[in-house]
Amino acid sequence: MLQTLLPILIFTALAVGAIGAARRIRLWRRGRRSPMRWQRLLRMPKRYLNDLHHVVARDKAMAHTHVATAGGFVAAMALAIVVHGFGWHGPILGGLLLAASIVMFVGALAVNRRRLNPPAKLSKGPWQRLSKSLLAYSVGMFLVSLPLVGVAPTTLGGGALVLVLTLLVAWGLLEMIVGMGWGGPMKHAFAGSLHLAFHRRPERFDDQHGEPQSTNPHDVHRGSRSTALFPLDLAAPKLGVEKPSDFQWEQLLGFDACVQCGRCQAVCPAFAAGQPLNPKKLIQDMVVGMAGGTDARYAGSGYPGIDVGKHHGSSASPIVPQLVEAETLWACTTCRACVEECPMMIEHVDAIVDMRRFITLEMGETPEKGAAAIDNLIATDNPGGLDNASRLDWAADLDLDRIKDRPEGVDVLLWLGDGAFDMRNQRTLRALVKILRAGGVDFAVLGEEERDSGDVARRLGDEATFQRLAERNIATLSRYRFRRIVTADPHSFHVIGREYPAFGGTFEILHHSTFMAELFEAGRLSVGVNPHSETVTYHDPCYLGRYNGEFAAPRQLLAALGLEVAEMARSGYRSRCCGGGGGAALSDVPGKARIPDMRMEDVRETGATTVAVACPQCTAMLEGVVEPRPQIRDLAELVAEALIEPGFDEVVATAPTPARAKVQPDEEIPA
Amino acid sequence: MTLPESKADASDVRTIALVSAGRHVVSGRSDRAREDARAVEMGLKLAGDALTLVHAGDPEEPTLVECLRGYLGMYHGFDMARGFDMARGVDMVERRGSGGGCGRLDLLSMAPSDDAVPMLAEWLEAHEAKLVLTGQRAECGEGSGLLPYLLAERLGWAVVTGVAAIESVDGEAVTLLQALPQGQRRRLTVTLPCLVAVDAVAPAPRQSAFGPARRGRVDVVEIGQPAPDADRAAWQFMPARARPKRLKVVKSANARDRFKAAAAKSEASGGRVLSDLTADQAAEKLIEYLRRENLLRQEKISAAEGDQ
Ligand code: SF4
Ligand code: SF4
Repeated sequence: MLQTLLPILIFTALAVGAIGAARRIRLWRRGRRSPMRWQRLLRMPKRYLNDLHHVVARDKAMAHTHVATAGGFVAAMALAIVVHGFGWHGPILGGLLLAASIVMFVGALAVNRRRLNPPAKLSKGPWQRLSKSLLAYSVGMFLVSLPLVGVAPTTLGGGALVLVLTLLVAWGLLEMIVGMGWGGPMKHAFAGSLHLAFHRRPERFDDQHGEPQSTNPHDVHRGSRSTALFPLDLAAPKLGVEKPSDFQWEQLLGFDACVQCGRCQAVCPAFAAGQPLNPKKLIQDMVVGMAGGTDARYAGSGYPGIDVGKHHGSSASPIVPQLVEAETLWACTTCRACVEECPMMIEHVDAIVDMRRFITLEMGETPEKGAAAIDNLIATDNPGGLDNASRLDWAADLDLDRIKDRPEGVDVLLWLGDGAFDMRNQRTLRALVKILRAGGVDFAVLGEEERDSGDVARRLGDEATFQRLAERNIATLSRYRFRRIVTADPHSFHVIGREYPAFGGTFEILHHSTFMAELFEAGRLSVGVNPHSETVTYHDPCYLGRYNGEFAAPRQLLAALGLEVAEMARSGYRSRCCGGGGGAALSDVPGKARIPDMRMEDVRETGATTVAVACPQCTAMLEGVVEPRPQIRDLAELVAEALIEPGFDEVVATAPTPARAKVQPDEEIPA
Repeated sequence: MTLPESKADASDVRTIALVSAGRHVVSGRSDRAREDARAVEMGLKLAGDALTLVHAGDPEEPTLVECLRGYLGMYHGFDMARGFDMARGVDMVERRGSGGGCGRLDLLSMAPSDDAVPMLAEWLEAHEAKLVLTGQRAECGEGSGLLPYLLAERLGWAVVTGVAAIESVDGEAVTLLQALPQGQRRRLTVTLPCLVAVDAVAPAPRQSAFGPARRGRVDVVEIGQPAPDADRAAWQFMPARARPKRLKVVKSANARDRFKAAAAKSEASGGRVLSDLTADQAAEKLIEYLRRENLLRQEKISAAEGDQ
């Protein structure tokens, strides 16, 4: 009985699953096409075993569970096809099949235990069912294979038992094979493996890593290897993504790979702040848009403040606002925490910026303050609409060399960034100048020839303004001779270093933390011992850390200053954003909490009295938190304060912040 | 501002906006002129993408066309252009890409020394324009603010300056609000055709988007015989002298008075002093005045009178 039923079941499941898979592939191919390179399929197994597993393994228990379940299933399925499908019975194959089923069963038990009280980040619905289906498949496959090793009678008893076993196996096959092709939870295995093969950012995988023998400690996370946004062709008939079919097909494939594990949701600062964004839901909405339908069947956490089930989409209708509200897209800080955590290596930020591009470039509906910043960038080259010639006003007394007066060239070009217009950041810049002088660095500045790097414009979706600024900056930089650029602004650092090469500008640029660490290492700076021993903590800026992999230099600096660093629970590649990136400070989508307040809570938990920062934006966001709170000091300020400068008595940046005059309540307030 | 209910009528009124190249206050780069952009905003709200833009200038000037495209970038956000038209199932971007639904600007070709007024008048007559919107004063060039008057004089039309909002338009007339000092507004009803010069207090213009700006059509039009500006030829040009501004210092301990003095645009005039009236008579006079100024609506007062 079973001997005839099993092959029928197995081959029917495979056939029906294959039909579903073919339809799924057609859905992906509705996206924008790019040249197809089939040989990339060969990369898949290694990427799965090595790269993907690295990310999964951040949660050890889950990694083991997945290895057992997935490994057991793949082996059990392959063997089942041979043994039961083709009837190649034999005790050895049978034994292997039994072993594989047991391994899968053990994994499935762990999955079920996790599902007893599933954490909030997990989706329920079909995913809850999957845990049972895994049990059904492994138990069913085990029992029907027992006769192969002679443990049970070959014909396996009477009709009732056969019926039960057949149903178990059929349930398992339905979920595992048919569901894989027809959009069930197991779709992740099918879409995920293809996604690994055709990923748009191959540099994220070890087989394409720029430095194969890299021993960088930051390399345990691979998110920082490829972080530049993709350039947009401004001559294309439609700019940005309006409908799901405007995505590249690889992006659609990537959305389909999502396992709804919610790791992205758990780290998203906007979600935690109660803003209407949840990266996991966003990816699921993209799947809804691609396949057509409503989000009513979504069984996880939604966007805070927006009901689940009221939105719908199809691959040929616009995403905003019927599928995703615009405020969801504007809440993202582009911090890449979600991308970094995603075990399926899905690129949320690329998708969000693609959709923002359409809103800004085609609809003209950038949030008000963002639109004003863009207008200012177009008219004055800085987002504040200020006279660009005043970029050096803060340094009037410092007598900085302009690079146009140094035709012979300099060692270091100091890139100021838009922080040059901000009084708080000017203190940081003055500290940095003091350090460069103390270290005997030959440097100059561009002065009014410097323009905004284009970072904010690009993240707000205005690729046109970004490209214009990039081209002009590249032209300016190419006119002068310098060895390297140094900047205190991680956003300029990222844009010039990572994004300008696509527009023909290749410059060596260092963040000031890296450069100062170099000066220390070369023995060009001497610092005094910190008189008051205090605990500091360090906040990794997203655009320095996760975007560019620089986690070490800032910590080296703090160590060189003799400061004890109490790390926050979320630091390094898991640092939590300050809330100021990606134009989010401009779009200012309301939520329940403010992101910088939450970050300041992280700081307080360490007991630190000072938080060291390395970015003008982080400084501004964190200093916006109401006092009393820990002090916020840029790395340059901390170093400048500790400098011992023989014969250099000018106090540049160490002037103590003037104590706030406190008005006593009984004092007369002068009119 | 509430949109006119008689929208069907409004769309029959051929609406044109005259635009010029602006100059950014800080950087001096060419840009949308602030008042002209507000005029275009007003026109788009009234007429949607049926609004046509006109500029008279030198097409050879390097930044001019790019600058004018800034206005065409405002052609978005109409109901019909919200991406996908569900009812009709048309992809609007693709439709706009093929020429429909995008902005149009006629660039009347002339040399910088030519007189724009006759050309504009001829174009407006040829296109049967009914309602013409423009800023009050160009931000570069002569910037005398005289163009609306000269043009209206030549066409024999009514001209209204300092307009803050258009309340309604029908085939015959336009009802608008004129800005007066200190935030006051005067409601006017003007018969068409009419030329409306928009004040800087009008609603802010929408964002100029790159896509529509790129897609918008700019046609260089040769119209009439460009004639040199005769008046201008007689003028004498000399560099401007910076003159000290006389400051009216208001000495008052009262912040409210100082603020009022600083915010005042001009003195009110033509007031009347009423004395020796009973309270009722005084109230009558006041109500009468407010009604005349359209500051009180008729129904309200009659209801109040009925209560007495
Ligand atoms: S997008 Fe990635 S991290 Fe987020 S739920 Fe899906 S698989 Fe998990
Ligand atoms: S980039 Fe940051 S803010 Fe944006 S969705 Fe991902 S985690 Fe959230």
